[in-house]
Amino acid sequence: MLIKTKKSFLSEFYWIEVFKGLGITMKNMLFRKAVTIQYPEERRNYSERYRGQHYIKATNGVENCTACMLCPTVCPAECIHIEAGERPDKEKYPVKFEIDILRCCFCGMCEEACPKDAIKLSSIYEMSIHQRDVYDKNFLLEQRGNK
Amino acid sequence: MDMIEMVSMGLKIALLLIALLQVVPIMLWVERRGSALMQNRLGPNRVGPLGLFQAIADAVKMIWKEDLVPGHVAQPYYILAPLISLIPSFMTFGVIPFAGPITFNDHVINFQIADLNVGLLYVFSVASLGVYGIIMGGWASNNKYALLGSLRSSSQMISYELSMGLSVIGIIMAFSTVHLGEIAAQQSQLLIQLGPLRVPKWGIFIQPVGFLIFLTAVFAETNRLPFDLPEGESELVAGYHLEYGSMKFGMLMMAEYLNMTTASGLLATLYFGGWQMLPGMHFILHHIGLSGMALEWTRVGFQAMSFVLKVVFFLWFFVWVRWTLPRFRYDQLMDLGWKVMLPLSMLNILATGVCIYLGWF
Repeated sequence: MLIKTKKSFLSEFYWIEVFKGLGITMKNMLFRKAVTIQYPEERRNYSERYRGQHYIKATNGVENCTACMLCPTVCPAECIHIEAGERPDKEKYPVKFEIDILRCCFCGMCEEACPKDAIKLSSIYEMSIHQRDVYDKNFLLEQRGNK
Repeated sequence: MDMIEMVSMGLKIALLLIALLQVVPIMLWVERRGSALMQNRLGPNRVGPLGLFQAIADAVKMIWKEDLVPGHVAQPYYILAPLISLIPSFMTFGVIPFAGPITFNDHVINFQIADLNVGLLYVFSVASLGVYGIIMGGWASNNKYALLGSLRSSSQMISYELSMGLSVIGIIMAFSTVHLGEIAAQQSQLLIQLGPLRVPKWGIFIQPVGFLIFLTAVFAETNRLPFDLPEGESELVAGYHLEYGSMKFGMLMMAEYLNMTTASGLLATLYFGGWQMLPGMHFILHHIGLSGMALEWTRVGFQAMSFVLKVVFFLWFFVWVRWTLPRFRYDQLMDLGWKVMLPLSMLNILATGVCIYLGWF
């Protein structure tokens, strides 16, 4: 439906509105600070609770993980693969601990489920790589972004 | 033609050519930085101080890109089109005076390349040649969007060239000449004395309506926003230069910016006193204690500076308007052209005639 709105003569006469608009752009240019974050030099401050790249927490050089399989169970993307083994002192430990990072949706449920405070999500968000990657245990055990 | 004239002519041509070629990259930088600042961004700031060398980087990129000619285009016209739009935009600036004449060894040197007595008519005739490049490019590209862009360009040209021509008739009537140098010279006359304030006979003071019409029509002529329908990124991809790449695209781009420069020069010459000095400059000139030839050359310098400042202001105005106003819809464009600007410019001629009859200017 075509609705006819009544306009005043002055707004029909474009020039006043045009100059108002020009004033607004000039005001923006002169008095507003640019909102740009110049990325490599300046970083955005993320929350402490930001969920980024995974790592497995270690105590005295030994991973906290006991291969209880809670995190692969709870993982909605099914991206965690654990093979359990036994240490000489009868302690259960993960022989293999792999995260298919391409499938991970960074929901953080593994972190919540973990009873040993082993799997953690750090605040690292620069994760781009040149090939498809599966994080293995050695990679995950580097304590990067340790919280 | 003797030695002095030849040398001065050569110098003028070299100066203007170099200056015009410099305008394009600088304007590209101004456009990008200006738009960014207006939108609270930073814009290109990496290459050189303030990102100024971005212009060089852009030019190098343009030149070294593969000069691809798509298979489906009509080749000769496709290659010719950028040239046809670029050359007239260089040609038009030749008649615009950028400083007052100077007498040097009994030779009067005019600071314009060609001192044509049909100056204004020449500008209009050559400037409207530029649209052939656009139409040709759009047609030869053999592409729907490009063709639509060039069709729009031609219809826009027809509708706005009319009111553009009619709006300057007021100026021609008021100064009774089409010689651009004389128009600029006549604008030094006194229009009205308001106490200590001396209002000169600048075009804008005697033809305010004509100025607004001319300004609007110039925006349409140079295909700048809010009238950039031939390009119309959001509807026609890139309009008439859709199929162009590398330096051919660069040439179309250069033509656009050179047209802007010429339009700014024309606006300054017709409505803002051309090379007439800006307020205050007279005072400075007569109080720095020069005399004879030195005074004359300083005067020329000041006048050229005033002219350049005026042109720079209008170039900036083009950018400013571009990042303020959205594009007109096609029917609105036609409405504005035919129903508003054409009758208004005719009324303006009538009013000018009455004013001249009453002896006001």
